[in-house]
Amino acid sequence: MRIRIRHEITQHFEPGSRNIAVTVRLTPRAHEGQFILRWTLDLNSDCRLSAQEDAFGNVCHTFSVDGPTDRLCVIAEGEVETLDTTGVIRGTVERFPPSLFLRQTDLTEATPAVIAFAEGVELPPDDPLGRLHALMVALHGKVEEEDGPALGGPLSADAALKAEKACSGGIAHLFTSAARHLGLPARHISGYLAPEGEEEGDGKARHWAEAYAPKIGWIAFDAGRNLCGTEHYVRLAVALDAMGVAPLRSTGLDIEEQVSALDGRAPQKLAQAQSQGQN
Amino acid sequence: MLSRTADNLYWLTRYVERADCLARILDVSQRLSYTPVTYGGSTNEWASAVLTAGCEEEFVARYGPLEEAKEEDVVSFLAFETENSSSIRNCFEVARTNARSVRTALTSEMWDVINSAWIELQNFPNRALTRDELARFLAFVKETSLRFDGATFRTMLRNDAYWFARSGAQLERADNTARILDVKYHVLLPEKERVGGPLDYFQWASILRSVSALTAFHWVYRDSVKPWLVADLLILNRQMPRSLAACYEQLARNLDDIAGVYGRQGPSQRLARSMQARLTNRTIEDIFQTGLHEFISEFISDNNKLGAEITEQYLT
Amino acid sequence: MPHAFDEMSSTDGSVRPAYETLQRWLSSVPQDVLDHRRKEAEFIFRRIGITFAVYGEQNAQERLIPFDIVPRILTKDEWGRLSRGLEQRVKALNLYIRDIYTKREILKAGVVPENLVYQNPAFRPEMNGQRVPHDIYVHIAGIDIVRTDPDTFYVLEDNARTPSGVSYMLENREIMLRLFPELFSMHKVAPVDKYGDDLLATLRSLSPRGGHEPNVAILTPGIYNSAYYEHSFLADKLGVDLVEGRDLFVKDAVVYMRTTEGPKRVDVIYRRLDDDFLDPLVFRRDSVLGVPGLMSAYQAGNVTLTNAVGTGVADDKAVYSYMPDIIRFYLGEEPLLPNVPTWRCREPDHLKYVLDHLPELVVKEVHGSGGYGMLVGPASDKAQIEKFRAKLVADPANFIAQPTLALSTCPTMVEKGVAPRHVDLRPFILSGSDKVRIVPGGLTRVAMKEGSLVVNSSQGGGTKDTWVLDA
Repeated sequence: MRIRIRHEITQHFEPGSRNIAVTVRLTPRAHEGQFILRWTLDLNSDCRLSAQEDAFGNVCHTFSVDGPTDRLCVIAEGEVETLDTTGVIRGTVERFPPSLFLRQTDLTEATPAVIAFAEGVELPPDDPLGRLHALMVALHGKVEEEDGPALGGPLSADAALKAEKACSGGIAHLFTSAARHLGLPARHISGYLAPEGEEEGDGKARHWAEAYAPKIGWIAFDAGRNLCGTEHYVRLAVALDAMGVAPLRSTGLDIEEQVSALDGRAPQKLAQAQSQGQN
Repeated sequence: MLSRTADNLYWLTRYVERADCLARILDVSQRLSYTPVTYGGSTNEWASAVLTAGCEEEFVARYGPLEEAKEEDVVSFLAFETENSSSIRNCFEVARTNARSVRTALTSEMWDVINSAWIELQNFPNRALTRDELARFLAFVKETSLRFDGATFRTMLRNDAYWFARSGAQLERADNTARILDVKYHVLLPEKERVGGPLDYFQWASILRSVSALTAFHWVYRDSVKPWLVADLLILNRQMPRSLAACYEQLARNLDDIAGVYGRQGPSQRLARSMQARLTNRTIEDIFQTGLHEFISEFISDNNKLGAEITEQYLT
Repeated sequence: MPHAFDEMSSTDGSVRPAYETLQRWLSSVPQDVLDHRRKEAEFIFRRIGITFAVYGEQNAQERLIPFDIVPRILTKDEWGRLSRGLEQRVKALNLYIRDIYTKREILKAGVVPENLVYQNPAFRPEMNGQRVPHDIYVHIAGIDIVRTDPDTFYVLEDNARTPSGVSYMLENREIMLRLFPELFSMHKVAPVDKYGDDLLATLRSLSPRGGHEPNVAILTPGIYNSAYYEHSFLADKLGVDLVEGRDLFVKDAVVYMRTTEGPKRVDVIYRRLDDDFLDPLVFRRDSVLGVPGLMSAYQAGNVTLTNAVGTGVADDKAVYSYMPDIIRFYLGEEPLLPNVPTWRCREPDHLKYVLDHLPELVVKEVHGSGGYGMLVGPASDKAQIEKFRAKLVADPANFIAQPTLALSTCPTMVEKGVAPRHVDLRPFILSGSDKVRIVPGGLTRVAMKEGSLVVNSSQGGGTKDTWVLDA
């Protein structure tokens, strides 16, 4: 499937800010189920963009804006060709062995509540894949997905569990936290989801998880939608939690985002999205 | 040098200078308050002390109307209260915090003065002081600023750090002198009372005392105390180290020295020079004619503006 | 508890040769003279402002560390053995950290378990594959040493992040020289004041830019940090700028400081700020102490951070227990300085032993420091032990245990005169691109309370001047 993506982020700063450093993680990499046809990054200010790789092999750009300014706008735009791999992710850039992804972070901390939840799921023994599926189903039944993320980023695993309601990022935190606690390596993924079939909308930015099953490899689990990855997903970045995949990090005030991810073969929808983007 | 270091030095010296000025104001107010009214003593001397210190809003919020200001309240407010951001205690506190942040830019002698003063300050009780204790306290504050100036003068390298430190002190000193004049200008105006009456003498003398210039006055003018001469001494006389003209002469030179080593002039040099020129070219008659009050208000505002220019150009 | 080894007196009451002169002098000087000198020392410390802050104490914002005026003496021979062992240890630490962040051979060889690295909060994925200038990670190390008998010096702890205390080593010597010039005339004491020069030379040798006078700065969290005095002290000794995060900014992967003359490029940053706070774009995003973009400059190789980021992976107490193996693995040598035997509570059979022997062991948190959160079995009552047992059972991987060592004692001035008190030693080891430098001596910490084994300043410990005799 061919997916057209446009991701616009506006970061606000205190008026008159100078020498602002910014890191963006807005460039997807290819793997067996995903091929980047074209991709561009555009900024509203003149500065030197040089690509670096972060700890997990994501492409990121750190740059500085001299200012004075109160606003920075970044637009990522491109086309990605995807294949359905039944959720199995191969051919990615891997900088660590899977066991690194047993590492918890502040956002995925396995609190007593999370531990109780993880250990309460009825898991088939000796079948990692089956265990992961069981965890996803249980989580889907437990936590309802809402639009998001709220201001300040996705909820932590603990908060998502207690609220029983979270955005896709909060749900991914809970999934990775519980899986890691059960000894199953898991990681946090950011990306885009294009509408499927007759679904309405322009597509959106989304977080989900990947978990590792020996002999199979990394598998995408979207507990919010209770399914493994499909060709409608575009994988942007991987890390230990939502902080690690944040599309833009700086020291400013609030952030606004506008995203569209559309079937590249549907010209009428595309025209709509573009005109919206120009508003 | 680091902008923050320069900023800390500049504020360190400003706060030491401010503490010294507050001590003098309290000193003079106390003296006037036990001078009989018939000799120029006044009952609202404490109110004008608060006005001169420039913190009437905070004071009123805490103690009520200024006209009813009482001695013990004003003393404790200006000297000790932590709620008053520019009480003497806070000035020392802030000065030491700034000094700690730039210890590497201070000589050990300068640090020693500030740190010892801060330690000694802890020994003064946090309650209303007896007049005796207050006198000792004020003497301690004045002595500290003298020792600090001396340590600065005798031990610091003559480089940008020194000039930033001196600029802070001069700017603050000019501001203090101007504010004393601003609060008291009415007693200098001729129409107020028949010139030479006892009431005026004590008021004028107290202005001179608040900048330690009573003796200097007689040496300079060899005349009895007259209001326009008092104004002349404090505004235009370059021999008098606390006069506006003397402060600006120093200030303009310090800023030029900075520009010299950096090889670049800027808005603060231009503003300082133009103010210096204004103080050199005016006469006191001239100032009285166009309005003493207006002159001083404008000066205070321009002086603040120079502070802002220095900050913008070097300290951020 | 076994009888502690006293560094001055043998069990038969005779005085060891290195201490003979000092002992004679101590017994010839009246107590009130010593008292007077001690007060004078305290006055000088207060006056100079050599203070530290104790976390969790609101009103005691600035406290003095008690200074003991009786020096501790090591012979040239003892020091020689120590310094060779220290150099070996630091070499191994550096090789280990490089390996952990590049090829991970030691993990593949199964010498150190993988989860000890990957689950370690001090492990920084961001450092993976990151080459650091000259392959040195720990440029400034502080290795804590304890002694139990004439011949045995144990390594108690490795400090590979931002070890502090060196200002006390230097100031203690200054004050001793001032107060007791006569004592120095009776001994040949190796000087320590070269440390400042050595540190500067080390830092300059690490500049990523050739052909330039390197611009070195010390990065401090600010005046409210407990070690702020040391930061400003070092900046003064080195003649370099003491900067806070807000004094620096990053442009196009280059670090600059804001000066009165405009931006000035920075080459080497001796940071006294924990990894977590260095760069809000990479680590804790609420950090206002760090420099946004610093890691991008670091990764681009345009600035050297000392110590490198992520060195904490080598200095927690669980990794400590593997140090002898780590030394053998990289250097093919036997450790010159032994480890204290350590039980890793993460391992079930170790845990069982520890739980069975709590009253006789010292149990510490793996990531703890400053003497917080530890149990000294023999000095604790039943209730304290049971309370600790619960903590230990709840999270065993977070603890290690060691036998209660009879730390050596040194003569120390206390209320009633001179009496033996337990001591440890922290020497400072500098690793530059050119060579390793160790100033003879270090910081001796002393437990001022009788019988106490906790020497940490935050727990009321004091310090002593440490003399290495040159002959």
